[in-house]
Amino acid sequence: MTGRASTAPGRRVKRALGQAWERLSQGESGSLPVVLGLVLLWAVFQGLNGNFFSPRNLSNLSVDIVGTGLIAVGIVFVLLIGEIDLSVGSVSALAAAVFAVLNVNEGLPEWLALVIAVLAGALIGALHGFFFARFGVPAFVVTLAGLLAWNGLTLYLLGQSGTINLDDQGLVAKLTSYYFHDIAAAYGLAALGAAVFFLAACRDRRRRKAAAMPYRPLREIAVRTGLIAAVAFAAAYVLNQFQGLPLALLIFVVLVAALDVLLRRTPYGRRVYALGGGVEAARRAGVRVAWVRVSVLTVSGTMAALGGLFLASRITSVGQPSTSGILVLNAIAAAVIGGTSLFGGHGRTWCAVLGMLVIQSISSGMALLSIQSALQFMITGGVLLAAVVLDSVSRRSQKSRGRA
Amino acid sequence: MSDPPLLALRGVSKRFGAVHALDDVELEIHTGEVVALLGDNGAGKSTLVKVIAGVDPADRGVMEWDGRAVQVKRPHDAQALGIATVYQDLALCENLDVVGNVFLGREVRRVGILDEVEMERRTLGLLAALSIRVPDVRLPVATLSGGQRQTVAISRSLLGEPRLLLLDEPTASLGVEQTAQVLDLVERLRDRGLGVLLISHNMGDVKAVADHAAVLRLGRNNGFFDVTTTSQEQIISSITGATSHARRPPRTGEAGP
Repeated sequence: MTGRASTAPGRRVKRALGQAWERLSQGESGSLPVVLGLVLLWAVFQGLNGNFFSPRNLSNLSVDIVGTGLIAVGIVFVLLIGEIDLSVGSVSALAAAVFAVLNVNEGLPEWLALVIAVLAGALIGALHGFFFARFGVPAFVVTLAGLLAWNGLTLYLLGQSGTINLDDQGLVAKLTSYYFHDIAAAYGLAALGAAVFFLAACRDRRRRKAAAMPYRPLREIAVRTGLIAAVAFAAAYVLNQFQGLPLALLIFVVLVAALDVLLRRTPYGRRVYALGGGVEAARRAGVRVAWVRVSVLTVSGTMAALGGLFLASRITSVGQPSTSGILVLNAIAAAVIGGTSLFGGHGRTWCAVLGMLVIQSISSGMALLSIQSALQFMITGGVLLAAVVLDSVSRRSQKSRGRA
Repeated sequence: MSDPPLLALRGVSKRFGAVHALDDVELEIHTGEVVALLGDNGAGKSTLVKVIAGVDPADRGVMEWDGRAVQVKRPHDAQALGIATVYQDLALCENLDVVGNVFLGREVRRVGILDEVEMERRTLGLLAALSIRVPDVRLPVATLSGGQRQTVAISRSLLGEPRLLLLDEPTASLGVEQTAQVLDLVERLRDRGLGVLLISHNMGDVKAVADHAAVLRLGRNNGFFDVTTTSQEQIISSITGATSHARRPPRTGEAGP
């Protein structure tokens, strides 16, 4: 009896490790490589410059990832159905310009201009989706046309002046400059996140137990919750050392979590994944393929507009969209580095957060070490290449196993 | 008087331009019976399946279900009658797990959220009832073998409790053992009282599971055999056209100066 009791946990650990290895070798590596890469990156930067882990730097990092990160979340949706949206940089610049023109030049209230700007992004995304789904033009080409056209429209809207300054005390400026100084905000968010995870896992366990199906042991749930809580509270502690929880980060995390639930827990999300796994199979299963395609590009356009407003908020001005080329590439790179497959069907919204953390950490760490941006681009490029190679290799090993 | 056939086709014809893809085709399938549909490439097998499945309806002819004439104009009509179709490939989404594939397009939900527990429970029940073994219903189907995928695709089609199953070359790309898995499943389905129309190129499969074999040649019936009493050579010769079991009027449509 005692012998059994002592071997059971050992066996369970062995089985859990075995399952983890199986998932890895079957191409379900998920986010593990990027998390390891991020830890390595942080260790290197902290080793080279002690200021990297300063609360100020990490807090700024957490705000800097939001603008491009929101765009990257939209890209994750598009990548999931195996397509790409090249227009997000231009759309985000256009949304910011629409807001600036309506609010500053035309005197509309900020909230109304903001709503119109986001709706414009949604409408543009739907338009791309319509051409893609209705006429079968590859999304790549439709959005390439969009990249050029919306860039032109932005230039036209901004007119001769070229740059419009936003009210630096206004609503949009506050998006990235407001902090919840009360330390309860950051800790509360961390506690809420861990509690929601724990309760959801327990509920799932109870139902599985009731249905006599295999369920996760309570200890495993506790360990997972503990890990999440540790990361969340550590982040909250660091943020509270500086100015507290940034509003931008709160909005980002809430949106990413909500869209994660949409993708992985609703029939709609299941259909998005299905399109990435086999359009024909999805169609035969009764999925309305055209509708899903339009909706996905609408999400991408909406997120691009939101991201554009956060980017404008960071510099409280809207200028010539000269950097939108880099922006779209960074957003796509973030989604892919975070573990979203370029081949469709694999990825989560959290991939965008992880990928953005990597890209922004490189940029922030390089700035601290005063290394030129030339090298920074090359390193980001190398990381992206590594992520894509990993994706391809794991996909291929999965295929060959499937055929075995 | 015996029961009317589950499905009967009477004088079904289908043209694509000048080509008679199907010409006056007759077919009967009873419950608890496996009928093999044989024919060379271009004989009209796939066209006939599409007609029955409502994907591409016939131009002329009558379809009877339980002895009553029915109209099947859309895939939905066929499904409503209880006709399920499993296509040769492209039937599954590689990245979704077995549960996700089985319930794709008809997910069980609770207040808008997927009810994964219920779907997994029902999938396990379905697979157990058919004695289908897969390593883990939570693994993506990309990790399954071809035979396992085909059995998953078939069990997926059984979710709506159909009475007739159309299988389009279910063993075409499978090895020997995997083929045996799928054919075992077909036999179990027959024992459960389903009618099965098995489209196949493989005489071995036909001999193994089919009760009757219907041969199409150039869009026409070219023989209906009792598999147990007919020799393989006889069936093959009617597929290749060495023997003619049907009256063959002079061809129209292809004639021209």
